[in-house]
Amino acid sequence: MQISDFFEKYKGTVQELTIGKEGKSVIIGGDSVLPFHSFEGTMTRLPVIAMEVWDAPPPENWAEHLRSHFGDVVGSPVLWAKKCVETYGAEMICLYLASLAEDGEVDVAAVAARVKEVADAITVPMIVYGVGDKDADTAALKEIARVCAGEGLLLGPLVKENLNEIAEAAMEYGHSVIAQSPLDINLAKELNIKLTKFFPKDKIVMDPMTSALGYGMDYSFSVFERLKHVAVLFGDDMMKMPIIANPGRESWRAKEAKLNEQHGILWEAMTTMTLLLAGANVAIMASPDSMKLVKKMMGQFTVS
Amino acid sequence: MGLTGLEIFKLLPKTNCKECNQPTCLAFAMAMASGKAGLDQCPYVSEQAKETLGAASAPPVALVKIGAGEKEVALGNETVLFRHDKRFEHPTGIAISVSDTMDGDELVARVEKINNLVFDRVGQIHHVNLVAVCNNSNDPEKYAAAVKIVAEKTAYPLVLITEDPGAMERALEITGAKNPLLCGANAANHEAMTDLAKRYGAPLVVKGERLNGLAELVEKVVALGHNKLLLDSGAREVQQVLTDQTQIRRHALKRFRPFGYPTITFAQNENPVQAVVEAGVYIAKYAGIVVIDTVDPADILLLITLRLNIYTDPQKPIAMDSKIYEIGKPGPDAPVYITTNFSLTYFCLAGDVEASRIPGYILPVDTDGTSVLTGWAAGKLTPDSIAKMLSKSGIDQRVSHRKVIIPGGVAVLKSKVQELSGWEVLVGPQESSGIQTFLKQHWLA
Ligand code: B12
Ligand code: SF4
Repeated sequence: MQISDFFEKYKGTVQELTIGKEGKSVIIGGDSVLPFHSFEGTMTRLPVIAMEVWDAPPPENWAEHLRSHFGDVVGSPVLWAKKCVETYGAEMICLYLASLAEDGEVDVAAVAARVKEVADAITVPMIVYGVGDKDADTAALKEIARVCAGEGLLLGPLVKENLNEIAEAAMEYGHSVIAQSPLDINLAKELNIKLTKFFPKDKIVMDPMTSALGYGMDYSFSVFERLKHVAVLFGDDMMKMPIIANPGRESWRAKEAKLNEQHGILWEAMTTMTLLLAGANVAIMASPDSMKLVKKMMGQFTVS
Repeated sequence: MGLTGLEIFKLLPKTNCKECNQPTCLAFAMAMASGKAGLDQCPYVSEQAKETLGAASAPPVALVKIGAGEKEVALGNETVLFRHDKRFEHPTGIAISVSDTMDGDELVARVEKINNLVFDRVGQIHHVNLVAVCNNSNDPEKYAAAVKIVAEKTAYPLVLITEDPGAMERALEITGAKNPLLCGANAANHEAMTDLAKRYGAPLVVKGERLNGLAELVEKVVALGHNKLLLDSGAREVQQVLTDQTQIRRHALKRFRPFGYPTITFAQNENPVQAVVEAGVYIAKYAGIVVIDTVDPADILLLITLRLNIYTDPQKPIAMDSKIYEIGKPGPDAPVYITTNFSLTYFCLAGDVEASRIPGYILPVDTDGTSVLTGWAAGKLTPDSIAKMLSKSGIDQRVSHRKVIIPGGVAVLKSKVQELSGWEVLVGPQESSGIQTFLKQHWLA
């Protein structure tokens, strides 16, 4: 028997999607092989890392390590975002709308104005991520879409209950969206089908939900892998959207991460790296130290 | 993979004698194809058929054992490329390296650290698996001395890393009876190394120059009469290792025999933290063994947790029995906690209850091993199932109060549980790490 190159026959290419506007944009997706399989096909580009910034000060039990990097800027999303870009070299910012979870009435106009301020202050494109409360997210994201018209934001999460309203606003003002479903490829596809009935296919990113290492990451890993298979091996048009992972916030919730800085840095780096291996095209990270580890690792891969 | 029912049928006697407890030879062939019957159940298969069928039903990745006794490491028997296709069988062995350039005391201290790399996670003990002794000195006598010390100080199987057959022979004189892994054979030394491996019946790493060289060398070693093997494509850069690991597993599954063995990888980045991430990549992608140079518990806890995630059976979450668990020595006035029987959930809670230093009772409701929110979303953690747990577990006999704490994530269940069970319901924090503060404010106050 002779050794032969068992290369996969690929049938699909992950949709390319541009986040941002002229002069400050990032492209994600475009691969037509399994993750990092540049030996057998086209891996157009490496995944992109976005750094997370909160639009309201994080709670007291926020990890000490993160506070050591950002304690001086947590009061100002603009300064926080600038620090990520200027000091830590972030390619993209993900603004997390923590303010929506605060007690009391939410001033949607103020939230949107803050997002606009951050967008204007930085030289990189932006993701805007709600808190996961579907009503609060809908109200805020719609207003943000309007106020930030033309910025080419990536807005989410859209879930099956609020997808129409947010997607319509995103379409009107030229943004892309993140469709989120809980760790289930069938639900992910269903959501994409609903969305693409009126929304452009090439402006959708899938969020299959991230869980941290040791806290359910096995589920995320396999769902990411399966989604990627269906896209590139089976060529299913409804599954070719790029995948977003959210390992930063999830990892730093782990007990191990909070207790010990070195654990935390590795916890976030490893959760991220594993999900990139499973198929994430963009990952949102929290710690600059973890990001450095992941980038160094990715630097050892070439694209093809 | 394997043969189809019809292919198997062609090799059977076709007499339909029924001695295999199947109505026909065809039915037996179908049962065999789906793994429900074994060839030994048919007394009439020919020798030739046995050979053909035996080879086809052997696992695509051979099972290889290293060491002996309680700490024996089993690798291989893998049948899939992706865990979601079935599951991965034998978790990656983590090997910690030591160098024969260390002096005696240094070696002893390091081996003791390795022995202590033991962690309790979700109720199971996890640890590293092997100690890799490297012949960095290039001196067979120094190597033998180091192997002697390590072998005496640890119960873990050894990986003997030297390409010098002379040094290997000296090491085997010391520890050859304990089934160490010889690492190993290359194009230049494979005859001598294979000879040693055969003499001690020990597993051998075959290191080839890229995949083609590896396949050739494996065939040579097998022709010399040894088949307890591990594979090393010689690659050390991450991208090449990942490529080779993938191709080796693919070939194995397609029954390319020379690659039908577990692999060994080396995480060698000069930055030690970066090396941990590298080891993680190899664990996620098919490594049979990963050799790494760290004794830092933080590094190893990370790798062990990752390994646990990659190697759990995706079809079966690890679940607990649904019954009363005592944390500390709880008395009649101790708090009672409701949770679910997903072991991860239970152990998060149990750890935090223990840390609060207030003994308590934990009652995991049977949610088929799902987390609090998943159990709730799936309709398994309900007011009804909680009330039943309270009445049927016998907890009312153990405590004199009637107050129960439920997870903050399912606060909405409060009034319904109260109504159904008659117990007063306290809504605990969202995350179990908040229990200590919660108890101070709501239980002790
Ligand atoms: C992994 C996961 C799954 C896995 C299951 C894993 C498992 N064995 O449970 C799979 C993929 C199977 C799954 C399926 C589903 N899931 Co799910 N899943 C998750 C995920 C990502 C992580 C869950 C987890 O493992 N958490 C870790 C454990 C340790 O957390 P925990 O049990 O909550 O325990 C913590 C606290 O509750 C607290 N605690 C625990 N016990 C106690 C007790 C007391 C007294 C106190 C005070 C505190 C406390 O401390 C613990 C540590 O902080 C979550 C999202 C998330 N990040 O939480 C979604 C999530 C739970 N899933 C969700 C859903 C909707 C589903 C599905 C219904 C989706 C579907 N339609 O298919 C199915 C249902 C499954 C079924 N039919 O059986 C939703 C639930 C939404 C809701 N609020 O109703 C979530 C929140 C995702 C989301 N945002 O949409 N899921
Ligand atoms: S015992 Fe063998 S020969 Fe007889 S029916 Fe079964 S398979 Fe056929």
